[in-house]
Parts: sequence; structure tokens; C-alpha cells
Amino acid sequence: MSKDILLCGVGGQGTVLASKLIASAEMSKGHKVRSAETIGMAQRGGSVTSHVRVGEDAYSPLIPLGKADMIIAFEPAEAVRSLPYLKKDGTVIVNISPVRPITETLKNTGYDGTEMIEYLKQKVSNLKLVDGEILTQKCGSAKALNIILLGAATAAGELDITPEDVRKEIIENIPQKFHDMNLKAFEEGLRV
Amino acid sequence: MKNEYIMGNSAIALGAMAAGVNLVAGYPGTPSSEILETVAKRNKGDIHVEWSVNEKAAMELAAGAAYTGARALVTMKQVGLNVAADPLMSLAYVGVKGGMVVVVADDPGPISSQTEQDTRQFAEFAKIPVFDPSSPEEAYEMVQDAFKYSEKYKTPVFLRPTTRICHAYANIEVEEDYKVNEYEGFVKDSSKWVIFPRLSFNNHNMIEKRNPEIGKDFSTYRFNKVEGSGTKGIIASGVSYQYVKEYLGDRKDVKLFKVATSYPFPEDLALEFLNGVDEVLAIEELSAVLEKEITYVAGKYNLNVKVRGKFTDDSVKAGENSAAIVEEEIKRFLNEDNSDEKIDLSDMPNLPVRPSVLCAGCPHRASFYAVKQAMKGKKAYFCGDIGCYTLGNAMPLDMVDTCLCMGAGITMAQGLYHMENDAQCFAFVGDSTFFASGITGVVNAVYNEADMILCVLDNSTTAMTGHQPHPGTGRTMMGDIVEKIDIVKILEGIGVKKVIVTDPLNLHEAVEAVKELSEIKGVKAIVFKSPCIAIVKADKKCKVSDKCINCKKCITELGCPALIIEEGKVKIDESLCTGCGLCAKVCPVNAIGGEPRE
Repeated sequence: MSKDILLCGVGGQGTVLASKLIASAEMSKGHKVRSAETIGMAQRGGSVTSHVRVGEDAYSPLIPLGKADMIIAFEPAEAVRSLPYLKKDGTVIVNISPVRPITETLKNTGYDGTEMIEYLKQKVSNLKLVDGEILTQKCGSAKALNIILLGAATAAGELDITPEDVRKEIIENIPQKFHDMNLKAFEEGLRV
Repeated sequence: MKNEYIMGNSAIALGAMAAGVNLVAGYPGTPSSEILETVAKRNKGDIHVEWSVNEKAAMELAAGAAYTGARALVTMKQVGLNVAADPLMSLAYVGVKGGMVVVVADDPGPISSQTEQDTRQFAEFAKIPVFDPSSPEEAYEMVQDAFKYSEKYKTPVFLRPTTRICHAYANIEVEEDYKVNEYEGFVKDSSKWVIFPRLSFNNHNMIEKRNPEIGKDFSTYRFNKVEGSGTKGIIASGVSYQYVKEYLGDRKDVKLFKVATSYPFPEDLALEFLNGVDEVLAIEELSAVLEKEITYVAGKYNLNVKVRGKFTDDSVKAGENSAAIVEEEIKRFLNEDNSDEKIDLSDMPNLPVRPSVLCAGCPHRASFYAVKQAMKGKKAYFCGDIGCYTLGNAMPLDMVDTCLCMGAGITMAQGLYHMENDAQCFAFVGDSTFFASGITGVVNAVYNEADMILCVLDNSTTAMTGHQPHPGTGRTMMGDIVEKIDIVKILEGIGVKKVIVTDPLNLHEAVEAVKELSEIKGVKAIVFKSPCIAIVKADKKCKVSDKCINCKKCITELGCPALIIEEGKVKIDESLCTGCGLCAKVCPVNAIGGEPRE
């Protein structure tokens, strides 16, 4: 079994934690996992990616272009930016709520993500849209976005992990006071 | 042994601990910082771990420790090695007793650095061995080997991972516990430990004789290897080797030479690789180190081999490699064309650019804005420095006119002043950078009678590299609470004419302070004191009321990422806002107010 999963978003959205939970769940299934994270200056509002590679055939820490089985995108434009990594019949889970970069706000370009979502609809056969804004409000915290998306990704069936595996990872890896919020977020994601 | 899913930097740390390291010192710098942090986290208390004030201090500390027979590890990023070059170059002549490994993390891209310098070249320049891991697993083993070679040949050695090794995660079998190395202690011998021209001459001869022996030794080193066969050969190192494997897989029809120690070059193994090969492609990041070495060996032994790489435009010269770049280069070299079908993305829409920006609520934004307001209409130059605050260059703040290297802003402002003394020259320096290499610049400015304003952006942490403590924070990496070293007292002690401490979020007061200092001759300083938003929890947030006239002044003046336009109206993204209130002070109609967070 080999699986390449790319998580992409904007610095501060919580991609790293989501990638760690996936990696940890896959490892508890006995798989070999490698991953690579964006750390440093780009974390300050820049584009960030986490590459998660499951299985024995992976050499490079980064997924080669056109090889990702799944992209979990925390932001519409970031999903499009990462599309070159997706394999022909790959799956994309995307949060439709945009993060507007200050450069766009200054130029008042009106970027709102809709053009990106339309493009994804044209190009991706297995596309799942997640309304991050509404669902995070439902969970009571903007920080729940990563776990909501993780839920949607788990439900897509591409990963070799069950909802029960992920719940276990949430409990083991996240401080207890955030368990309820994150478990609720995960259920919301599963239902997307 | 236990299987852990860890970052390459943690693997290096745990490897060093498995090797019984006694002392670890360094200065934070992406992508190296997590090495020292991991040791600190798992330290039972018997390893001396410290964030030194800069890389030079760390290097000297480690040298002292290694003279006692203890094992020492020093960590830094590639530009940090420039700061530590002075002690290291001399230490290469003197040598060590206990193992000393200098970890220098290179940053191809560069992703978060000023330069694309290659520490493998520095190794050749300093004449000390270098280990170049190709994965986190290998880094764990290699750092332990590095200690052994260091002791065997009594020389400091480099371990040189790159960003994709440092920040890659893998599950690795690691030792569950560690035991520190027992050491003899310092034995006085001035003929050995005191560098004089005579010692340097003698040891230079010794090193020139020794290094070819290390090269021979490296020809049988476990991580140097030749795979496959054929008339076409590829030579690769570091993460680039993995990119080559990603393309070749288990294929055996191409000869592949993996080089884990580019200096001293394993010549015997290179000859084995070149045997029967008529064309070689070198795949490596940064400088053409392997390409040169293999060309040299081919020439030395009169071999009829064509070497391709950066010099022949068969390989990219700048930036980091990727699986895709390497695949293209190998395909060209092997005349292969076997692409998978890909999604056609030729009609991709224009994507929003996302430059890194100062966080919402960052006090640096307020400091820059205060200086900008105070200097409105005046001729002023703003010298920046290395840290989060380099991001003050972005529009609309546009408050960083120069940035060169750690601490340079202070002395560069002096240079500008001496050539253009009608300009008001400012230097912006963060608290950690001030301690690392800013103080001598202030001494220089006072001594040489410059006229300038120093702005210390004191946010009580080393923010950019992940919030490490420094001498001004009152904490050490060993967890001890120590006396804070007072920046104001230092400045006063040096003889700075006037020092004002102010909270930049009190905008009016901050602007007045800058104006006041600009009227005084000589070197003046303002300490903008307000903690990094990542180390204190926000208890407020701001909201735009319906008094807003949509003039967008808050956005065009400040560029805070929490200020957004939604359906044509200015709005504050509550999840980002820290309630700093700077936008409220800029608003001409008092439409922005603060409220507590629940």
C-alpha cells in the first residue's frame, strides 16, 4: 500500500497538526510514513504545504508532481496552487472559505475564492467542498478547521484509516481541554 | 530501541545523545533550531545545553569543552557559520580531543535565508571532514559516526543537513535512553592548545597528509556507496540522492554513486564508480562540489569520461532541487521520455500572491508606523535587520530600506549617515539580534560620533525562529531563571545620549518619543517594548462599527492581515485580531472599538 497526501493552506491554519494526525494514524496501522513541513518565514501568512507519504516505495520527502492521491486544501487558491501535485483521478477536499491576503485587500481585487472553486470543479473529478466558515462557527472555534477537513478526508475513504483510528489520535495528541471541540469538529467533517 | 516519528532535526539531536554528547550549544536559525530544542527537552540534566549569544560564542564554547575530552555539538544555520568562521578556521589547525560535531543546516532555495552558500565548500576551505545525510534516518546514524571520526582524527567535523532533511519527518528506530560520555578533563599543554604561527605551519603539514587518509577511510564508509552498473553514471548527495531514487527506483541499468562525505573525497570509491562509465551526471544542490571532484578524479587518472552538471547547463544552478526537476534532468541525460498522463493545467487562473507578513497585532507594525509618522516629509533612511521585523519592508509600511545580515543595520545606518549627514538614519534591531551582534555596532557608532537613532524592537523573544529565550528574557534553555540582561543599561553604559522606552501600541506617545530623539545630536535609542503576540494570549478583539465611512485608511496605512474587505466593506477577522487597537487609533472617525474576548 502506498499513499501520497498533500495538505496545503496558509500559515496559521493548522495544516501541520492535521498532517501529524494522519501520519500517526497510518503508522498505528503498521505503515511506514515520511512527511515534510513548511517551517520558518512562510509560516507568517504565506502558502504552506505538508507532504505525507505512506508506504515503502517513497524515497523523496516531497511528493513528486502528478503523484498525490489526495489534496486536503485549507483554502481555495491554495488548492489550485497545489493541483500540479494531484494525480489524474485524485481526490481534492477543499475549504471554500477564502483567506484574503493583504496584498489583494490593498489592491482591492475582490478575491473571494469562487473563481478557484469553479476551476477545481472543471479539473477534479473527485472533489468535495467543505464550508469551513459555517462549520467552524458551528464548532465554536476557527481553530477547528483542520479537524473538520480531516473528518471530510477520512470519510472520503482514500486513506487507509477509519474514523475510530482518527478519534483515537485526536485524544492521544491534543490536550484534553480541546477534546470535545475537536471531536465535534471531526463528526461535522465526517458528515460533509 | 523504540520507533519514533520524528523530524530530521530531532533525529540529529537523539543521535548526538546516543553518542553521549556532553555539551550542546548553538544560536537559533531556520532550518537548524529544533536540534538544540530537542536535546533540551530530553535532557535529564547531565548535558549542558545553551542558546549561546551567537554562533561564534557557541563554537568557542564547544571547542573549550572538546579540549577536555568531552563530546560537543554546535548547531547553526549556514549564515551562522560565517559568524563562527573565525574560531572554526583556527580550531581546524589546533584540533580537538573529545569529538566535536558542527551541525550547519544549509538552506537551498533559499527558503528562509539570505544566501545559498554550501557548507561542503566551507569544509574544503577549512580542511575538515563533512557528513551529508540524505534522510532523517541517516542523519540519526551519521551524527554518531561523525563523533567517532572526529575523535579518530582529532578534528572538528561538519554534519551538513539541508532544509528537506531537517524538516522532514520519518519513523526511526532510536535509543530509548542515553548515557553521557565520560571524559578525562583538560590537560595543560601549551604546545598543543595555544595557536602560534609555528604550530599552524606544522599542523598544516599534518592536515595535508591526514586528509587524503581520511578520503581513503571514507571510501569504505557505510553511507558512501555505488549501486547498479552501465556506461551512464549519476553522482548525487543529500536529498538529491532521494530524488534520483524516486525516478530510478530499483533499476540497475544506471550506475549511481551516493556520496555522503564530499570532503575529503572518497577517491578510491570514485574510481570504482568511474570504471566502465563514459558519461556522468552530477545531481546536487547549491555548489557544484561533486561535479568538480569527479571531474578532478577523471582528469587525475586520465579517464575518458564526460561529466555533466551545473557547469554544462545540464543541471539547475540555483534554488532547491525537487523530484520533478531531477526527473527532467535524468530523462534528458538518459534520453528517456515516459511521462504519466497529467491533468492539463495550462489554463490555471491567476493565483493571489501570499508574501509573508507581520502577524495581525504584531507590535513591530506599530513601531514602524510610529517612526513613519514621526518622519513624515523628512529625509530618513531605515536600516532593517534579520528577524520577523524584516517583514516591515512590505507595503504599505515600506519601512525597511536595507537588510544585509545579523546586526548590520546599526553599522550600515552609520555608513549612510557619514555619507549623507542631512538624512535622519534609523536602525531597527530585534532584542535577540541586538544581543547576538548589535552591541559592538552601537559601541562603534558612539565612539565614531555617528548621528543616528537606534530602534530596539523588544518583543521579549526570538520570534522568527520559534520563540527561543535570549539574555534579555531571564530564562535559559536549561530552564533556569536568571537575571535579565537589561538593554537600557547596556545602551546607557555605552554612552548613548538618550534612551527612551515606550510601548509602540501607545501610538501618540511613541511618535512623540521619535520626534524628541530626532532633535538630539549623536546616538540615541528608543526601546519599543511590547511582547510578541504569539507568547501572550489576546484578551481583546476589535470591531468595526456602523460609523465606518469605508475610507479604508486602516487598511492602506497598516496592512494588518486581520483587516479585510467583505462585500465592499471593511471588516475585522475576529479569529486573527488580537485587539492591539492600532487600527482604532488610525481611524479618522473613531469607528473601531475594542471589546473583551470571552
